[in-house]
Amino acid sequence: MVTFTLNGEQRTFDGDPDTPLLWVIRDFEKLTGTKYGCGVAQCGACTVHLDGMPRRSCITPIAMIDGSDVVTIEGISGKEAEAVQAAWKGLDVPQCGYCQSGQIMSAVALLQILPKPTDDEIDGAMAGNLCRCATYHRIRAAIHNAAKSMEG
Amino acid sequence: MTIHDITPTRRAFLAGAGLVIGVAIAPRFLSAASTGIPAGGSGELKAMNAFVKIGPDDTVTVLSKHIEFGQGPFTGLATLVAEELDADWSQMRAVHSPTDNKVYANLSFGLQGTGGSSSIANAYEQMRKAGATARAMLVAAAAEEWNVPAAEITVEKGRIKHAGSGKESGFGAFADKAARQVAPADPKLKDPKDFVLIGTELPKLDTQGKTDGTAVFTLDIMPEGLLTAVVAHPKHFGAIVKSFDDGNARKVRGVVDIKLVPQGVAVYADNTFSALKGRDALTIEWDLSKAETRSSEELTVEYVRHFDEPGLEATNTGNVDEALRQQGLQTVEAQIVFPFLAHAPMEPLDAVFIKAADGSVDIYNGAQFPGFDQQVAAKILALDEEKVRVNTQLAGGSFGRKAQFGSPYMQEAASVYAAIGGDRPLKHMWTREDDIRGGFYRPMYAHKMRGAIDATGQITAWEQIIVGQSIMAKADLDSTSVEGASNLPYKIPNLKVISHNITLPIPPLWWRSVGHTHTGFAVETFVDELLTRVGRDPVEGRLALIDASSRHAGVLRKAAEMSNWGVTPPEGRARGVAVVESFGSFVSQVAEISVGSDGAPRVHKVWCAVDCGVAVNPNIIKAQMEGGIGYGLGAVLFDAITLGKGGKITQSNFHDYRSIRINEMPDVVVEIIKSAEKPTGVGEPGVPPIGPAVANAWRKLTGAPVRQLPIVSVISS
Amino acid sequence: MKIKLLFSGIAANCLVVAAGAMLTPASEAQTSNSLRSAESFQSISDERARSVALFEEAGKVIQHPRCVNCHPATERPLQGMAMHLHQPPVFRGEGGMGLVGMQCNTCHSEQNTPVIGQADTLKSIPGNPAWHLAPIEMAWEGKTLGQICVQLKDPKRNGDKTMEEIVEHMAHDDLVGWGWQPGDGREPVPGTQEEFGKLIQAWVNTGAACPSS
Repeated sequence: MVTFTLNGEQRTFDGDPDTPLLWVIRDFEKLTGTKYGCGVAQCGACTVHLDGMPRRSCITPIAMIDGSDVVTIEGISGKEAEAVQAAWKGLDVPQCGYCQSGQIMSAVALLQILPKPTDDEIDGAMAGNLCRCATYHRIRAAIHNAAKSMEG
Repeated sequence: MTIHDITPTRRAFLAGAGLVIGVAIAPRFLSAASTGIPAGGSGELKAMNAFVKIGPDDTVTVLSKHIEFGQGPFTGLATLVAEELDADWSQMRAVHSPTDNKVYANLSFGLQGTGGSSSIANAYEQMRKAGATARAMLVAAAAEEWNVPAAEITVEKGRIKHAGSGKESGFGAFADKAARQVAPADPKLKDPKDFVLIGTELPKLDTQGKTDGTAVFTLDIMPEGLLTAVVAHPKHFGAIVKSFDDGNARKVRGVVDIKLVPQGVAVYADNTFSALKGRDALTIEWDLSKAETRSSEELTVEYVRHFDEPGLEATNTGNVDEALRQQGLQTVEAQIVFPFLAHAPMEPLDAVFIKAADGSVDIYNGAQFPGFDQQVAAKILALDEEKVRVNTQLAGGSFGRKAQFGSPYMQEAASVYAAIGGDRPLKHMWTREDDIRGGFYRPMYAHKMRGAIDATGQITAWEQIIVGQSIMAKADLDSTSVEGASNLPYKIPNLKVISHNITLPIPPLWWRSVGHTHTGFAVETFVDELLTRVGRDPVEGRLALIDASSRHAGVLRKAAEMSNWGVTPPEGRARGVAVVESFGSFVSQVAEISVGSDGAPRVHKVWCAVDCGVAVNPNIIKAQMEGGIGYGLGAVLFDAITLGKGGKITQSNFHDYRSIRINEMPDVVVEIIKSAEKPTGVGEPGVPPIGPAVANAWRKLTGAPVRQLPIVSVISS
Repeated sequence: MKIKLLFSGIAANCLVVAAGAMLTPASEAQTSNSLRSAESFQSISDERARSVALFEEAGKVIQHPRCVNCHPATERPLQGMAMHLHQPPVFRGEGGMGLVGMQCNTCHSEQNTPVIGQADTLKSIPGNPAWHLAPIEMAWEGKTLGQICVQLKDPKRNGDKTMEEIVEHMAHDDLVGWGWQPGDGREPVPGTQEEFGKLIQAWVNTGAACPSS
């Protein structure tokens, strides 16, 4: 039995301990904002915050996170999250939208540590999140906009 | 994909006037997108017509006959409706229409379908008429209720007003009465000069759900009791199951059943991971007797061999052979080989099946031809077509992958559902490996070019031989193989374009911008090489070969102006240009590059000029250019599906089928040419110019022409 | 984060091994997977020659992609037997732990993590509690064994270690030891860490002579 918190609520899981966190979140907890894109930590669509740090849930066996704190797109809050989501809307960043939960989770984690990242710092933090629609140009701009909006 | 030769295999049926969204069971977590009730909406929506519904809360819901997977039809079609309805943008919503090949036909195709960058082009008048009709019905209802002449009623920003009586109302109050009005047969449309919404950068309707995780894609549909199924596929094209041992797979916790299906071995489980683990535990022996066992290298040899054989004539004007023999000309020869490309949309193919109490089935999926899916599924499930409802969902990208004749994906999904029977809902999904190895690629092509140019820059002869699979599975000339080459935009007196169709067990498909993915590259790198061979500037030289007043020339001049083309770029950098017309839109791009630390081209900036007629939503057009540039650039730099020795597909996931990432994405500037021409597409036309623009810059920078794609395959060898 | 059991059943492991064997590229299969013992070098009477020979044997480990991939000469680690740039693109960052927002532990755990039901060429994500890159001054990528040898003895380029500390590091460091336990689908470095440690110890005992190239 694995016990963890998910978006602030205590949860348990007693299925196959190999089950990746991604599928526990989606299939068992029915939170579908976190997406499957590759299953091998290449695309970042499954990004969540694990104990406050970005983590690819697709390669995180549930047995590994006993006692940990998991936050998904449905549970993010705080000024960075608000700034990022507002900036995303302001620039209409998403196209198909499938990767965007993961993009936003990575962007929020970046801004929580670096409130005013440079282009290179943005690229460094976001290079693990694929977007086949290639909305990168707007992602970069939106992160800058979010950073600016938090200055005030 | 293109609009060529699409004809319905049979006349479509018309079920229940197409206005009832068939959700027999409302599964958990179905949101607006799949229930037809708009976000924030409440109460019963009243249909003004097949495309417009109005709620008591004043919301206007547009039923989009086109699938939304990022190219913006929800917003675009709603803009057209809102314009003529005189609605306020804040009251607009969009959902997918039901499946109906007649009511919701793409007017360019004759059946329901999204593709060929045609959504706005085909629906431009239709949606405006739908809005104008609804407006007339609301006005008629208000006139009746207020007992005033309809002609005295005005509508602005969602408010219906009668100045004389001082009466005013929103739409909702009249929705019911309006729905019972007789629809005008031919409502008057606005003069474009009076547009207030068309041409403005309205915020997209689908952005909110795509920033907070609430947008529902097919993968997110999770009815109670759901079974998840995956299929073990062969690693060779054309292989079939000889035998399999499922002993270990059946022991995996959560695995429910295992069945042989035509496409492989299906594993059914209570959850996704159990299905994946069960599939991993199968032992399968494949029969390769009909499989493709040649490697990509062997296929290349086979393709190149065709250059010397008689082919299908696509264009033949003047006398190319004689012109090439003339003395005093510079001649250039080139062979360019293009690899297979996977579309790799972020959401791999998937579908959910839910049986209703009456035995009918709801299918939830995101496909570009829902009518085909319906026909195929009905046949496999042995149901009448009206007992199968295809509920289109938001899809995580497509780029052509989800537009297939005969719906081969649905054949697999429905076969998997049919094989297990029973009443449990079922989700069939592909993993990324299934997607990368699933075929339906942009075909491999080989081009052979021969050209001659005189000292003034006049190209006197151009011969182009194109070898590759026919996407339309034709024995004779397939226009998608030669589009962009056979109708070369440059004035050349002696022009010959020859096509060879290759047959392989590897299924081909259109890939964002179809034939232009390779013809655009071949034409634009070759013309550039010819021009620079005689010292002509790539922009001036091209302009001399096209009509000065053409839209082609317009975007080329604009891109040159945007980039200050004449100015020498910083040390270590070079610029290349390309211009391609596709799907009726004209796009020119200038790329500035350097040699990156990994030895590959590093693209710093792209200037892009687009002429797509009337710009319905400039913001979406710019986004499509940015995205098209990124999509095309990633493929040209990095991507190839290759067959190894013995024919096994080499790549399997994003670690070996690279996608462009944020650190590789250039800065992009887009300008839209002002135009009164009818609107044309933007989903695909941003793709073709970027490859040749980068390759032309690379040739300038390094002296090496790009003769093999992707570019990294040549650099690393 | 806490780590508990991670392994699947025996049957699944057997399958993984079988699949791995089929897919191992020729270059991997040909690589020797054993080390000569330190004692076997006693026959070389010249101490300096013996020392060089011992280091050359240890070089089978040191220059193996499993080791060099995380001793890169640039800001980017390498991957695989072909030693291509790491995908996704990650960068050294502070302490060799990656950049803010995408550190090593965004994907790597405290131990190797099996990847189940996905790519047959990516059977596990490698991991270790200390997973990080060697500092840039300890870069081995692109260097000859002789150059690496000289570098190993230079306190400015070996983390200010004494030769005893070098021996201890090679023989017992847990992250070094990962090379022999690299996870499903990855070829381990030759021999055992114990054998490797003894080779390094013997090399130091014989004067730590370096190959000329």
